[in-house]
Amino acid sequence: MRADLDIIKDWIPAGSRVLDLGCGNGELLAYLQANKQVTGYGLEINDENIKQCIRRGVNVLEQDLDKGLGNFASNSFDIVVMSQALQAVHYPDRILEEMLRVGRECIITFPNFGHWRCRWYLARNGRMPVSEFLPYTWYNTPNIHFCTFEDFECLCRELKVKVLDRLAVDRQHRHGIGSRLWPNLLGEIGIYRVTGPSL
Amino acid sequence: MPSVIPHDSVGLVTPQVLHFSEPLPLACGRSLTEYDLVIETYGELNENRSNAVLICHALSGHHHAAGYHSMEDRKPGWWDSCIGPGKPIDTRRFFVVSLNNLGGCNGSTGPGSANPATGRPYGADFPVITVEDWVNSQARLADALGIAQWAAVVGGSMGGMQALQWTISHPDRVRHCMAIASAPKLSAQNIAFNEVARQAILTDEEFHGGRFYEQNVVPKRGLMLARMVGHITYLSDDAMGQKFGRELKTDKLNYDFHSVEFQVESYLRYQGEEFSGRFDANTYLLMTKALDYFDPASAHDGDLAKTFAAAKADFCIMSFTTDWRFSPARSREIVDALIAAKKNVSYLDIDAPQGHDAFLLPIPRYLEAFVSYMNRIAV
Repeated sequence: MRADLDIIKDWIPAGSRVLDLGCGNGELLAYLQANKQVTGYGLEINDENIKQCIRRGVNVLEQDLDKGLGNFASNSFDIVVMSQALQAVHYPDRILEEMLRVGRECIITFPNFGHWRCRWYLARNGRMPVSEFLPYTWYNTPNIHFCTFEDFECLCRELKVKVLDRLAVDRQHRHGIGSRLWPNLLGEIGIYRVTGPSL
Repeated sequence: MPSVIPHDSVGLVTPQVLHFSEPLPLACGRSLTEYDLVIETYGELNENRSNAVLICHALSGHHHAAGYHSMEDRKPGWWDSCIGPGKPIDTRRFFVVSLNNLGGCNGSTGPGSANPATGRPYGADFPVITVEDWVNSQARLADALGIAQWAAVVGGSMGGMQALQWTISHPDRVRHCMAIASAPKLSAQNIAFNEVARQAILTDEEFHGGRFYEQNVVPKRGLMLARMVGHITYLSDDAMGQKFGRELKTDKLNYDFHSVEFQVESYLRYQGEEFSGRFDANTYLLMTKALDYFDPASAHDGDLAKTFAAAKADFCIMSFTTDWRFSPARSREIVDALIAAKKNVSYLDIDAPQGHDAFLLPIPRYLEAFVSYMNRIAV
């Protein structure tokens, strides 16, 4: 299982109703259905991923996140998950608000653009970072809204979103002492559990 | 004509007629005292009787969904692209049942059949049948075949409505519902098109108030017009443009009104002509009425989510991007209601230029998704 999903799966209580935005091949929902009696839906637009979800018996809906979540009732899910998709949507702030409207809690993971390797790449080459982990160049990347952990937490403060949990991990999903002390410098992927201002 | 039967065909098939003598009460308040249903089956019913799939047909469909009736047949059944060994509805795994609906004109009891009370054809006396009535008659069919529960009920367009109705009327008797290019009810525009088609038939002099059988005539003009207007709604603007454009049949314009000049005119006339030779005018009226009346949410204050509350099936809903008869938005209404009702549902919007007709065509992404879904159904 992908690093961040492996951690998320433990953050979701058994029996929850989950909406997974950008659910990929459905591996998280498939695991949760099989092991934690979780019910819910995945949203996806990639054809191959949709097929894999169907094969796995995961409820998958072909729906573009950029068109909003208007078809989901407020507070109709226990948890709304969005893993590695925040940086690819047109309006991260709006989708975050929508997630908090639809779900009681949200779990969000995204790559940290403040990681030392990104900073070093930009400082040394004067060009947008390209790596094994983020292999795209600036003009063809689906990732149009990169942010750092600091940026994200700043948005949370602006939207009065409460951060319940956060974890900075590297690609091997290790979260050692370094990424705990200096997450914005040493963490590659951020995993946040947040809730709306009303709770 | 197939000189050899393709390896992924169900091959030569023979329809069978089942007679039902227990009266069937109908939504209109009347009942059919007895009736026939003509069916075809493909594949084998397994020992647990758990692998049966019901195919529900669309407006002008019938029981002959797959395979050939004889080596002289020009074309296979209407959904041969999806039913057969190795096809989405794989007849090596599933026992497939396909019927002609009540009111039809392909062998099941309909307006052209003899009314047992009078010995004459029903004609206009044939009761108006609803989607609910069809589903109830299909439940009787399931009883007769010893099928307590369908592995899946599958249909496109009007067939999708029947598949949806199954999960509402008989929640315990269907494990999976697949509704393709369908809608939870008709829009005013849909009804308007149906009304034009009906008026074409009703105002045809040869219609004789539905009693044309006794006059030995057929309201061909009316049926032809009905089919022509219907056919326009089955194709997308792009599909028509691509197929015909403004291409002429003649080498120049004739500056008159009776010549068939544009290819699209010729095509529509051919379609109408062909249809009027094989379809029954009263059946066309009945089918369009059943479509117009379909609105399962009306019994639940218009709340479609409440309507599905008791459903136990898993759902697969598919639409096609250029379908404007039952657009993707109509499928999403179904999906949203199912989500609100907390049902298992998957939804795909297939990118296809062909319009409503796409559900009958072998579009790769459509067939692959169809296969994926059918394969996950345990039997």
